[in-house]
Amino acid sequence: MQDQRMIKVRNMTKRFGATIAVNNISFDVRQGEILGFLGPNGAGKTTTMKILTCYLPADSGSVEVAGYDVVENSLEVRRRVGYLPENNPLYLDTGVVDYLLFVAAIRGIPSGKRLKKVKDMVGICSLEREIKKDIGELSRGYRQRVGLAQTLIHDPDILVMDEPTSGLDPNQIIEIREMIRKIGKEKTIIISTHILPEVTAMCDRAIIINDGVLVADGTPEQLMRKGRGSINIFVKLNGPTEAVQEKLNDLAAVERVSMVSSEPSGFSRYEVKPREMQDPSEDIFQLAVANEWTLTELSREHVSLEEVFKQLTTKDKAT
Amino acid sequence: MANIYQIFKKEFRSYVNSPAAYIFIIVFLVLTSWIFFRGFFLINQAVLRDFFSLTPWLFLFFIPAVSMRLWAEEKKLGTLEILMTLPIKDHEAVLGKFFAAFALLTVTIALTFPLPLTLVTISDPNIGVDMGPIVGGYLGMLLLGAAYLAIGLFASSLTENQIVAFIVGVTLSFVLFIIGEPIVLFSIPSALVPVFDFLGLGTHFENISRGVIDTRDIVYYLSVIAFFLFLNIRSVERRKWA
Ligand SMILES: Nc1ncnc2c1ncn2[C@@H]1O[C@H](COP(=O)(O)OP(=O)(O)O)[C@@H](O)[C@H]1O
Ligand SMILES: [Mg+2]
Repeated sequence: MQDQRMIKVRNMTKRFGATIAVNNISFDVRQGEILGFLGPNGAGKTTTMKILTCYLPADSGSVEVAGYDVVENSLEVRRRVGYLPENNPLYLDTGVVDYLLFVAAIRGIPSGKRLKKVKDMVGICSLEREIKKDIGELSRGYRQRVGLAQTLIHDPDILVMDEPTSGLDPNQIIEIREMIRKIGKEKTIIISTHILPEVTAMCDRAIIINDGVLVADGTPEQLMRKGRGSINIFVKLNGPTEAVQEKLNDLAAVERVSMVSSEPSGFSRYEVKPREMQDPSEDIFQLAVANEWTLTELSREHVSLEEVFKQLTTKDKAT
Repeated sequence: MANIYQIFKKEFRSYVNSPAAYIFIIVFLVLTSWIFFRGFFLINQAVLRDFFSLTPWLFLFFIPAVSMRLWAEEKKLGTLEILMTLPIKDHEAVLGKFFAAFALLTVTIALTFPLPLTLVTISDPNIGVDMGPIVGGYLGMLLLGAAYLAIGLFASSLTENQIVAFIVGVTLSFVLFIIGEPIVLFSIPSALVPVFDFLGLGTHFENISRGVIDTRDIVYYLSVIAFFLFLNIRSVERRKWA
């Protein structure tokens, strides 16, 4: 806690018979961070989350959550974590309120405050319409809210959510994301998903795992760069095309320049490929100012995380 | 303690809300009443003996049916993952479930009280009714039932299929009940007879239901219950070593 690392995973390995579900993974999650946990089906996301939440122990390596070892101090960890397992399992024959009261009681909320707490959660998760029903009678979206309410009722420091939006329709996905964002402001969150826009929409950082191996760890931006080597920049300005190309090429951070189009008005559009891990945007702006060119566009190429993901998670399999 | 109570409450409510529990209870009551009144107008005391000697066989099917869903359902729904990642200890979950099923059993047994009560009220005052076998019989039913429940609960923790849990529960209970019966005792080496006789669930039940309440029989039942609850805790933990 002192070092602000809420989750610390070191060389974690987990086997199921001959399958290595998680293979020597290490990563940290800092306090307040929202970490996206990405990987294709069978990558080891769920297994990792089960280990973080003390459902399963790792075969080797160490895992600390909220400063406690998940094996040695399992109860302390479980007190501080809210967990939404994959597919949101629920007691279908139980009433919404009864279920939340049960969780509140186990979570140690004193009996005098339980009902109030449940009411708060019903409000936060917009469950008012459905409180009289058994969970089995609810639609998928409402079940997801009950799952979220269960996860959040004790106001945990750490949230672990395994594909919280899978199986929902687009509107429900947006609602659930909004809710997570709203409640997630002061919390440390790990969300697994294979929906990439979700990561760009919600996460500060993402980890990509494939076949149990960690293949990338960084901000969505860094991941895109990692996948592509670089992100091209588009520049539109009104200088003499020869001179512009030459001067852009001379910039230290630039690897290659090519003209994309040229308009009769005198403006031309160029594609600039930066050198690996460098960003020449500022230099380009300064160059335009120094030469009194009018700069009407300075934009980054849109790289989809999908592309990067595909590249990172298929590359390894081929070798 | 508080956690055990919460689990107990959750499970007991689940019984109260489920039609299956009512069906079990009604079937059990119909069968016991039938056993009871079948011979009722013929002879008085023998009726009770019949009643107490047949309930173990009814229990053999009734109790695994009560306990079969307790773990299997959690596994099937996936809620086991929620339950076991809440801040509760494994033994608290096991005990909470056990006590909930035991409460249902106690209610069911209590509902059969009118039977011996009828016997007492209308029996010939000159002969009188010996209360020993009645008290002993009910105590025996509770202890034997609790032992079957511990076995059935353990069986439920082995599978996510309730039918499998039921069959395993019936089989285990049957084996443990039968090993002390004469039919088995005649067919094993005589050196083993005292061991089997002691281990058999039925032997101890017969002692108690005769009205002879011996601490050794009670300790025996409590040991069987503790043993299977312990196995249950281990089997809940087993997910970790699979
Ligand atoms: N209980 C289990 N028994 C055997 N194999 C398992 C078990 N759980 C997961 N696996 C295997 O471990 C690998 C990782 O699975 P999982 O963690 O569920 O991946 P993800 O959540 O990323 O889809 C898969 O190959 C899966 O088949
Ligand atoms: Mg998964």
